Amino acid sequence: MHYKAEINIMPRKELLDPQGKTVARSMKQLGLHGIQNVRIGKHISMEVKAQTEEEARKQVEEACTRLLANLIMEKYEIVSLEACPD
Amino acid sequence: MKYGVVVFPGSNCDDDMVYALGQVLKHEVHKLWHKEKDLRDLRPEEDCLVLPGGFSYGDYLRAGAIARFSPIMQSVVAFAKQGGRVLGICNGFQILCEAGLLPGVLLRNRDQQFICKHVHLRVESQKSFLPNLPSGKILRIPIAHAEGRYYADETTLEKLEKNGQVLFRYCDEEGNVTEEANPNGACNNIAGICDETGRVVGMMPHPERAMEQLLGSTDGLTLMQVC
Repeated sequence: MHYKAEINIMPRKELLDPQGKTVARSMKQLGLHGIQNVRIGKHISMEVKAQTEEEARKQVEEACTRLLANLIMEKYEIVSLEACPD
Repeated sequence: MKYGVVVFPGSNCDDDMVYALGQVLKHEVHKLWHKEKDLRDLRPEEDCLVLPGGFSYGDYLRAGAIARFSPIMQSVVAFAKQGGRVLGICNGFQILCEAGLLPGVLLRNRDQQFICKHVHLRVESQKSFLPNLPSGKILRIPIAHAEGRYYADETTLEKLEKNGQVLFRYCDEEGNVTEEANPNGACNNIAGICDETGRVVGMMPHPERAMEQLLGSTDGLTLMQVC
């Protein structure tokens, strides 16, 4: 089976996100005064070959904890994991 | 003492480091390609591995994140576990953190800019294998990084401070550790640390770029001389 995984990786809330802060400042220049607390992370999509959804999830979890996210500075969330037609 | 300088795809301070160790300090030094696993004749009892600065794997994902899975890193970890000396400069420091040989992580600079300039560092500890410089000594050494904001959780920071693992702090010309003298927003102005044994050292500043007066400072020489 093939599965499609969608993952969000975000900087931890307690950490300063200079990228988000800079973007938030430029929102003011656009006249969008209501926008605040911009935080920028990554979205990663991947296809996983596995026998079951559980096995696919296990692989994605391992990818996240060992490489895709550094848990000292980031949090990850598997936002979807769906079987796709072969 | 012999030195091995590890070269990853995207390392760009390897030649400077080889020049500093070989030509200036007259040590025996050779490069090790990241795909090698064999550290040749380097022995953990007396030799030193250096992970130089640069942009290994283009800093993809996070600085140092992919390099830590290079084949040679297994040998670097084994070398460190056997008590070998490992020095990571800039990207090398980032790789050592990602590999778990040093605690914490290096985040994007507070002001979002790549910073390339000489800074002042205050020596804080004699715990590492680097030369025994007196605490409070001020060194002038360049930094060149976009991700140099050292971060660790409070418990880890307390432990580092208590154990004397903080080796250098960013300071002003007079040695005052202030927010203004902190170029990247690093926790506690930390510029360099070592592990609990003092055999694994990581620092953001580039001593290999301060080896000759022609380059504006010889304080890197002071730091590298007997390491």
